[in-house]
Amino acid sequence: MDPTVHTIHELADLLKSRAISSREATEHYIERIARINPKINAYLAVIEEHALEQADDADARIGKGEVGPLLGVPLAIKDVICTRGVPTTCGSRMLKDYVPPYDAAVIERLAQAGAVILGKTNMDEFAMGSSTESSYFGPTKNPHNTDYVPGGSSGGSAAAVAADLCAGALGSDTGGSIRQPASYSGVVGLKPTYGRVSRYGLVAYASSLDQIGPITKDVRDAALLLSAIAGHDKRDSTSLDIPVPDYPGQLTGDVKGMKVGLPKEYFGEGLDEEVSRRVRQAVDVLREGGAEIIDISLPHTEYALASYYIIAPSEASSNLARFDGVRYGYREVHPDGGLTDMFEHTRSTGFGAEVKRRIMLGTYALSAGYYDAYYKKALQVRRLIREDFDRAFGAVDVIACPAAPTPAYRIGEKIADPLSMYLGDIYTVTANLAGIPGISVPAGMNGQGLPIGLQLLGRPLGEAEILAAAHFVQKHRTAEVPKPII
Amino acid sequence: MADHKQKITADEVGYVAKLARLALSDNEAKGFTDILNDILAYMDKLSEIDTADIEPMTHAIPNTNVMRDDIVVPSEDPAGIIGNAPDTKGTLLRVPKVIE
Repeated sequence: MDPTVHTIHELADLLKSRAISSREATEHYIERIARINPKINAYLAVIEEHALEQADDADARIGKGEVGPLLGVPLAIKDVICTRGVPTTCGSRMLKDYVPPYDAAVIERLAQAGAVILGKTNMDEFAMGSSTESSYFGPTKNPHNTDYVPGGSSGGSAAAVAADLCAGALGSDTGGSIRQPASYSGVVGLKPTYGRVSRYGLVAYASSLDQIGPITKDVRDAALLLSAIAGHDKRDSTSLDIPVPDYPGQLTGDVKGMKVGLPKEYFGEGLDEEVSRRVRQAVDVLREGGAEIIDISLPHTEYALASYYIIAPSEASSNLARFDGVRYGYREVHPDGGLTDMFEHTRSTGFGAEVKRRIMLGTYALSAGYYDAYYKKALQVRRLIREDFDRAFGAVDVIACPAAPTPAYRIGEKIADPLSMYLGDIYTVTANLAGIPGISVPAGMNGQGLPIGLQLLGRPLGEAEILAAAHFVQKHRTAEVPKPII
Repeated sequence: MADHKQKITADEVGYVAKLARLALSDNEAKGFTDILNDILAYMDKLSEIDTADIEPMTHAIPNTNVMRDDIVVPSEDPAGIIGNAPDTKGTLLRVPKVIE
């Protein structure tokens, strides 16, 4: 029996019934990673010894009669989330030797739940990118077709889940970095409401937009993993002190009477025809289940991308000022150069092109004389976008739309044209600006066998509703969603 | 470069790079000038909307100061923190000469 094909909840059942031990499951994953990872570069590091220790601990807990949805389950972690004693590189030369002396809050929670961490996954450098091509450690490839990108920035986590190199994974989403790679790789990805999950130990890209969330093989797993990582943490002052619902318990299998909004702005120019068709098919699944489909408008959608690409780089330019070659990370010194010279050489050679581009853009937008025209304006537009959603959620329970305007593209196709890559984030950045939750669930494939995701957006703290709708689509969809052959 | 008036000149790019503590090669500076002009031209879209009376939104949730009692608690392991620095002397971080 190969346990790597299983979802988290299937594997948890096998572990609970002692049909398999956590050590056996972990060994199977380690063996599969060794075989498959060289083809797709999903993992940057596999922590075999550490994983097996955690597996043995989990087996001991299971032996004492403990049960839990993640107990003994092997997971992968995006390399932007700090893991004590395990390198956390952010896909950057700047942090290639960085070993955090502490665990992120989500890692502490996973440890309490008894999960096994297999390793750290590849990502766009500092989570800046949409294809996982900007990693210092080379691109990750899409398991469905290795000529194509897996999406990004959490492309390593999405590819690892799609290729059965873990039972589930964590990613982070600042402008779509969980939902878009989930869409491109044919898996489920959920960005929680801003503040739902602690960001303590998440290396910051844009602090007002960043959230950690699950990337999984099915919707139930996303609910399980979210339940495990969500909740208040006093070390993150933006984390919400609001009880966490039993998300898996709310997968009722029923969408009767649910009001689903279709925003016309998400089905306009630039949307690939096959994506549109698959997304509408998925919406029909909800309709047939008794949901009421309502045409809505989110009129400021067309301004979201410009707003996002000012706000996120502005916050990034401030957050990444800490990488100066003094306290941690890479340093480059030129003989006879002073301190400022060291800062400049370190940052110029430690950061890659896309990171430098966003630091430049953000520094410019925040600089004297341009602050009002760019940064302040973007924040004002951000409020208009949030108000669009507030109005819409007065009339509907969830909003259905594509996760991305196209399926995955070829590796190398967009890397030389940053603006064209940014435009691919057009349907995902809105949820981050508004702080609302969003999920991508597979809706089928295109003619070339590349996955297409349906995105469902919810009210603030409306994770249970979007999970219920996504669960219904997954259960009743007629479109095939085959696993990659790799 | 696209056919529009320059939003940012090569000199400004040099100035912004200095603010950001980035040393750009001539080639990089030219590349950044071109791409930043393209990106900023796209951002012009925002000027289509009148936002005169709109309060800027910095966070998705109401942000208030979170206060806690001033109690000493254990911190992270100092050796683990210092151990990540590129150059140290004991518990000190060593940097190149600051003052001539």
